[in-house]
Amino acid sequence: MPKIIVEIMPKQDLLDPQGKAVANALRRSGHNEISAVRIGKRIELHFDREITDKDVENAKAQAASFLSNDVIEDVVAVTVEN
Amino acid sequence: MRIGVITYPGTLDDRDAQRAVRLAGGTPVPLWHADDDLKKVDAVVLPGGFSYGDYLRCGAIAAQAPATKEVIRLAEKGLPVLGICNGFQVLVESHLLPGGLIRNEKQHFVCRDQKLRVENVNTAWTNLFEKDEEITIPLKNGEGGYIAHEETLKMLEAENRVVFRYLDVNPNGSMNDIAGLTNERGNVVGLMPHPEHAVEPGFGPDTEVATRSGIDGLKFFQSALKALVNS
Amino acid sequence: MLKKKSEPSGVDTVESAAQDPEKEQPWKELGLKEDEYQSIREILGRRPTSSELAMYSVMWSEHCSYKSSKIYLRQFGEKVTEEMKEHLMVGMGENAGVVDIGEGLAVTFKVESHNHPSYIEPFQGAATGVGGIVRDILSMGARPVAVMDQLRFGAPEKADTARVVHGVVDGISFYGNCLGLPNIGGETVFDAVYQGNPLVNALSIGALKHEDLQLAKASNAGDLVILFGARTGADGIGGVSVLASETFGDEGPTKRPAVQVGDPFAEKVLIECCLELYHSGVVAGIQDLGGAGISCATSELASNGGMGMKIQLKNVLLRDESLTPEEILMSESQERMCAIVPRKHLKGFEKIVNKWEVEYSVLGEVINEDRLYIDWGDEEIVNVPPRTVAHDGPVYNRPVAYPKHQDALNADTSASIKRAENSTELAAQLMQLIASPNHADKSWITSQYDRYVLGNTALAQPDDGGMIRISEDTGLGVALATDANGKYCYLDPYEGARQALAEAYRNVAATGAVPRAVTNCLNFGSPENPEVMWQFKQATAGLADACQELGIPVTGGNVSFYNQTGDTAIYPTPVVGVLGVIDDVARRIPSGWQDDGNNIYLLGTTADELDGSAWAKDLHNHLGGKPPKVDLNKEKQLAELLHGASMQGLVEAAHDVSEGGLGVAILEAALRFNVGARVWLGELMERDGIDVTAALFSESQSRVIVSVGREDDVKFQALCEARGVPVLRIGVTDKENASVEIKDIATLELSEIRMAWSETMPRLFS
Repeated sequence: MPKIIVEIMPKQDLLDPQGKAVANALRRSGHNEISAVRIGKRIELHFDREITDKDVENAKAQAASFLSNDVIEDVVAVTVEN
Repeated sequence: MRIGVITYPGTLDDRDAQRAVRLAGGTPVPLWHADDDLKKVDAVVLPGGFSYGDYLRCGAIAAQAPATKEVIRLAEKGLPVLGICNGFQVLVESHLLPGGLIRNEKQHFVCRDQKLRVENVNTAWTNLFEKDEEITIPLKNGEGGYIAHEETLKMLEAENRVVFRYLDVNPNGSMNDIAGLTNERGNVVGLMPHPEHAVEPGFGPDTEVATRSGIDGLKFFQSALKALVNS
Repeated sequence: MLKKKSEPSGVDTVESAAQDPEKEQPWKELGLKEDEYQSIREILGRRPTSSELAMYSVMWSEHCSYKSSKIYLRQFGEKVTEEMKEHLMVGMGENAGVVDIGEGLAVTFKVESHNHPSYIEPFQGAATGVGGIVRDILSMGARPVAVMDQLRFGAPEKADTARVVHGVVDGISFYGNCLGLPNIGGETVFDAVYQGNPLVNALSIGALKHEDLQLAKASNAGDLVILFGARTGADGIGGVSVLASETFGDEGPTKRPAVQVGDPFAEKVLIECCLELYHSGVVAGIQDLGGAGISCATSELASNGGMGMKIQLKNVLLRDESLTPEEILMSESQERMCAIVPRKHLKGFEKIVNKWEVEYSVLGEVINEDRLYIDWGDEEIVNVPPRTVAHDGPVYNRPVAYPKHQDALNADTSASIKRAENSTELAAQLMQLIASPNHADKSWITSQYDRYVLGNTALAQPDDGGMIRISEDTGLGVALATDANGKYCYLDPYEGARQALAEAYRNVAATGAVPRAVTNCLNFGSPENPEVMWQFKQATAGLADACQELGIPVTGGNVSFYNQTGDTAIYPTPVVGVLGVIDDVARRIPSGWQDDGNNIYLLGTTADELDGSAWAKDLHNHLGGKPPKVDLNKEKQLAELLHGASMQGLVEAAHDVSEGGLGVAILEAALRFNVGARVWLGELMERDGIDVTAALFSESQSRVIVSVGREDDVKFQALCEARGVPVLRIGVTDKENASVEIKDIATLELSEIRMAWSETMPRLFS
């Protein structure tokens, strides 16, 4: 099934308390080599036909306006997967 | 005066908001999220809860609802709007208020009686308070951390758009201890604490005087009615 | 019924069951005993199909059929007087009991366990525990209005305890808060005996008008059977009977997760949707899907109504298309309900579920036959008498044996413990106790729960009971308290169960309400252990007898067996919940004093009863002897006194004296609003003939401390005398000095007490 993958991460300069908590947990269990953790989202948009360029354009627009909040997040990738 | 209260799937504090309006002397009007007809109400409350289960981002899906779109349109024309907790998140997602709201710093949901300072008494929802009055309002959330870019924070402070600030304890890591904001015009106010839970003696926060007797939240709704009468 | 000559579809049909009677079946792996399997064959007159086997195995499991406890639970229905039934609208046997509270209003309440899932996956186990009990309340036609929880964890310093504590508290917070239900109280207990067997009991209460009552029965042929809510998936398959090495057939199910996964948003939507369905009159019967899912809903709805059903299992909406019919029947996917809808109301039903965007499917219809038929496509896979699945499960009379250790345990009294010799030691012991995990401030937990939502919470933790206003017009409300003392029950299960009821009853009375009904969650070890069965037999008798003496009935409850690791069972831990009614919640009594210069009275008498006490166990690691005596007449008099005093507004605060004893109770009452006190124990010691250790730490029953305004003194004392309740002034409240002064023992600064009391839980679990 063809799909468009949208990857979203919290903005670099903003707080990621979840990431911080996970990093602490990893370090507590011995992984001192990990200096930081940031947690984002991977969203899959499924299609039941072939994906067109227009679909990708639309997905990018949706990613910017609805799937992410541009105050606190960045869309880091929009890729087609077959 | 008729004040609409919107119910989204997952909204929890709508009945409490309706009660608060009633106790303040207004008429609460229940509004349904899928309906863009706001029944000519004089003001709108976006209540607390977990609309759409906080899916995607808190308030993100509710911000797309027909009723919300209509609120945005009317807010830009001056309609008084109060966003409480999840309602604040909807206002932020709708870009009626700047910034973002993220997971509490300590990663846990917290329910506490929160001291606040009322710093802007010129909004539709705070005109009955004294400048810098200290009030106690119940707070209960897991995603209440206010964040914004440096420039946004500077602007908010310079323009006196921080309406409520956390005192004594910052329960969620909000930047600049911001508990609530207003827009440029002062008709749209959003805050994380729940004034509708401090409106009825016997059911509010404990005070020095008696158990559960705090009703500092009532003035929010009384202010709105006053603002409407005066407008 | 269309019976096509079946092509090999891999599904075990009724036809093939009749044709190959000797086929090997995994009845053992599904948790059935040989005689139970034979029983099923007799009932059906052939071997069961694999779907039928799956249904019987889950419905006849301990959790669903109560087979080891039934003969004892009967007492709750038998030891009942007409008076006790006066306010009872729905008794045991339904999803939850329903009690009339006046003004045409009723409440439904129940407590349930979700112990084993909470050890395996604490977060989801606790979350779905809340979800399950709330659905039970919802299925009675009520709006759920509050929750409480009773948690028992292992030794606080152990890392695994923290794992369970975090998961459970997060799970309850996650689910309860998202449902919009205030958490109004409960208990948290730590004891090494619960290490591998934490107890997570969840209670919910709902409110309804009399005419809104719904029951789980299908009564009219032709009515539709509709499954709605979340889609059915692989959750919890075997959660009830525990699949081991199952093989139904060649392409039988692989091992599926035994843990259910909850979505509280889906349940919140379901609550609003159901309430709208009820109020619009389109539903004739309703059942929630909990343990044993569709197997339970269909067989129970049919059996309760004395009817049958015809079901097309392929109509079930699935999350996972690979599920086999057996798995669909056993699935414990959450947030599902089953409604009986008269055909003429189908459109009305559809309109409402569509409005709330709740999915539904018509599974079949009610028929006028004593048979439950389930088809998979056009193959019949289930053909059973519903009663045999839902109600006529096996009834065991398990062997009972007086525990070998019991006499030695009872002989080893706390008299062997050396008592404190001076006031410094006594003060240190008191501070140690108030800071110990079992008595420390629990707000680290309770501040993760919403207590404000719905705006009707009149009392919540840390007061003696939770109290909810039911009528906003008149202030009519209900109070709830839950209690259990595993240590007392271990020493004497009969007396310990009586004590649990007495304490919950007393706590309700301390809020100003009048006790009216009882629920229970009986947490015990393995029923296959005759010593555990002895404990169970004793405890149920103790509780039933006590309910009869106090005149309040058990309206429903839950049994959780198998709480043991290897040979070590938990202490018998029957949790008892008492519900009381108050005509106006404005009269509610908090557990601590706020005014200055009020007199503090101790109601009741104190004996030297330290066996099984917190002083013995938490300070000296000693558990032995006999638990404190319970005199239910005294409890009744005490409750009536508190009610009378509250009606006249004489009592400012009331706090029951229980675990920890009088010293702890006084400190807790002072901490409540941070107002100090000056107390003296000399008169008490003299009047009751006890030493200072007993005065501070004895856990004698039927005692409450109250604070009374000076202007009400005379009236109050007269009332006590009239009611025959011993009363002794033991102190005065003191707002000026932020301290608790216990004459001749110590003056403890409130700030010091508060620090010790409040830092324990964050230190252990933050």
